[in-house]
Amino acid sequence: MTQHLTRDQLLRRGVAGASILTIPGLLAACGGTSKSSTGTGTTGHKLASTLHFSNWPYYIDTNNKKHTHPSLDEFQKKFGVHVDYTEDINDNGTFGAKIEPPLSRGQSIGRDIIVMTDNSKWPSLLVSKGWVEKLDKSALPNIKNLEPTQQHPAWDPNRDYSLPWQSGMTGIAYNDKLTGPVTSVGDLLGNSKLKGKITVLNEMGDALALVMLYNGDDITKVTDKAFNKAMSMLQKAKDSGQIRQFTGNDYGPPLARGDLSAAMSWSGDIPQLSNPHLHWNLATTGGDIWTDNMLIPKGGDAYTASVYMNYVYDPAVQALMVAGDPKRNITGIYYIPPVVGAKAEALKVNPSVANNPLIFPTKQMYANVHIFDPAALKNEKYLNEWNNLAF
Amino acid sequence: MGFLHRHKGLTPYLLLAPGVLWLGAFFLVPLGYLAYQSLQTGSLDVGYAFTWAWGNYWDAINNYSSYFIRSLEYAGIATLLTLLLSYPVAYWIAFRGGRWKNLFLLAIVAPFFVTYLIRTLAWETILADHGFVANTLRTLHLLGQNGRLLATALAVVCGITYNFLPFMALPLYVSLEQIDKRLIEAAQDLYASHFNAFLRVTLPLSLPGVVAGTLLTFIPAAGDFINAQLLGSPNNQMIGNVIQAKFIQVSDYPAAAAMSFVLMGGILIAVLIYARAVGTEQLTGSAAV
Repeated sequence: MTQHLTRDQLLRRGVAGASILTIPGLLAACGGTSKSSTGTGTTGHKLASTLHFSNWPYYIDTNNKKHTHPSLDEFQKKFGVHVDYTEDINDNGTFGAKIEPPLSRGQSIGRDIIVMTDNSKWPSLLVSKGWVEKLDKSALPNIKNLEPTQQHPAWDPNRDYSLPWQSGMTGIAYNDKLTGPVTSVGDLLGNSKLKGKITVLNEMGDALALVMLYNGDDITKVTDKAFNKAMSMLQKAKDSGQIRQFTGNDYGPPLARGDLSAAMSWSGDIPQLSNPHLHWNLATTGGDIWTDNMLIPKGGDAYTASVYMNYVYDPAVQALMVAGDPKRNITGIYYIPPVVGAKAEALKVNPSVANNPLIFPTKQMYANVHIFDPAALKNEKYLNEWNNLAF
Repeated sequence: MGFLHRHKGLTPYLLLAPGVLWLGAFFLVPLGYLAYQSLQTGSLDVGYAFTWAWGNYWDAINNYSSYFIRSLEYAGIATLLTLLLSYPVAYWIAFRGGRWKNLFLLAIVAPFFVTYLIRTLAWETILADHGFVANTLRTLHLLGQNGRLLATALAVVCGITYNFLPFMALPLYVSLEQIDKRLIEAAQDLYASHFNAFLRVTLPLSLPGVVAGTLLTFIPAAGDFINAQLLGSPNNQMIGNVIQAKFIQVSDYPAAAAMSFVLMGGILIAVLIYARAVGTEQLTGSAAV
């Protein structure tokens, strides 16, 4: 017994010791274990047998009974391509840090489509570094359905490398059991009744957009002055204990539980939680709109990926993905689709969702949201200061 | 076989080889690379270049000293708490556990069957503002009406204490279990009280376990970032959070690498002071033999 335990303990010590000592080293060397290329190269008009698709959790239509993704099943039936669908993207930074080392060494990351947000530096970085494949537009006639406002982002002016997956807005969510409506950023960061009961998003673009708009500054062209003003407002709220935490989309459960009264929040999260006490609104001074983009990392199969993108740009398919279908027990994504004609199709299947302004925003809402300056997202000085504040 | 017979002296080295190779490949090489990286300048966008940038170390100490101090402080308090909590438990299991010893030990290790992250998340629920614990403390007026447990330094320290408890309890148990009970009997035969026998016999003999346990707890706790991230507020963040964010959010690898080395240095100094204070023979356990 003693003998056995000593050995056990020795092992434990050894393992613990080794892991403690090597964690920093592993971090530094991580990514060195990338899988060898599974994509079969880039050109050619032959469909691959499998499409490797990495996406965010809860970001596709789901059959609640069978736990399947109907739009993927139908794609497989139609084209004979199996979709290897992985929900392994939780935030842009972590996923970016994971794929950067192999991509920078010219290795494939074993995926054909990944989805990253334009309010982080990553989509623009991936394109400028040449770490993504060109879309095969010959396989993409449905690109004509792309929302006109989405056709020319500064970092990919002709949409040669990217197509929007979904968009969302950043605003304020609140729990009506604990507080009245919170519609102003000034209230969120300054009202003493909310002290220690609010969270701020840890994506720099989202948080700064809301504060800068509140200050009356332009978020499409960020100046040092506007940046500093917003940062000092957030710093004050942090030091005073007003801000309880900086979060990714993990603010949902504490908000529902009542640990939080209000939170800076992404538009699709609240309809997904479907809790009658949680509400979402744009801040009165406006918010930002961001878009998650499908990209084909280097070594991915551009043709097969483009065929899939063409499929999701069919308005009927898009409507199913976004709005779901209550009759078939399918829950949708509930974010903002980038496909013209999706609303008309959604009205046929799920009118209550199709009329939800969080999913198909009104003209007035569109007028109140802006795109955050992509140059500011890559500014090292800003990123470092943000990092010191929020982490 | 004949070869080994002729070169008997080689056997220990051959036996050591797998371990040495493992440490070389997965510890020394990454550590060397980390050191190399810590002296670079640049960014993901323009690339990194090796420039002997010792300034990274200065920046790390200068800009983040409060985080380093907070980390050592939280880890130190948590280590002390794990020691106070697990010594009586380990003592009881070693001397009074009887035939249930294995079961009790299993109970200590049981939380390890659940992942670290989930265990810590569970504390979010336990310490929730409107949870049972917070409400009870409020009723007893031990917590103000607007007071909270979650997102405080207390929650972070409790989280670390809970998560690292087995690292303290198991080495303590092993050293207590090995004590020759006849020595304690002898002390009592010579008219030592229970307390005196404990103080002069049991406690000194269990010191190797105390030392092993404190090191196993303190070292990883000082670099921990999960507890501060999930249970702390922005004002309770530890150096691990900064390093993690520097690596992942800002891709500032040189700064993160330099901070990792400063942390390693800080821990090493703390451990050396500790070793000096308790005596090095306790570190190797030779006192118990």
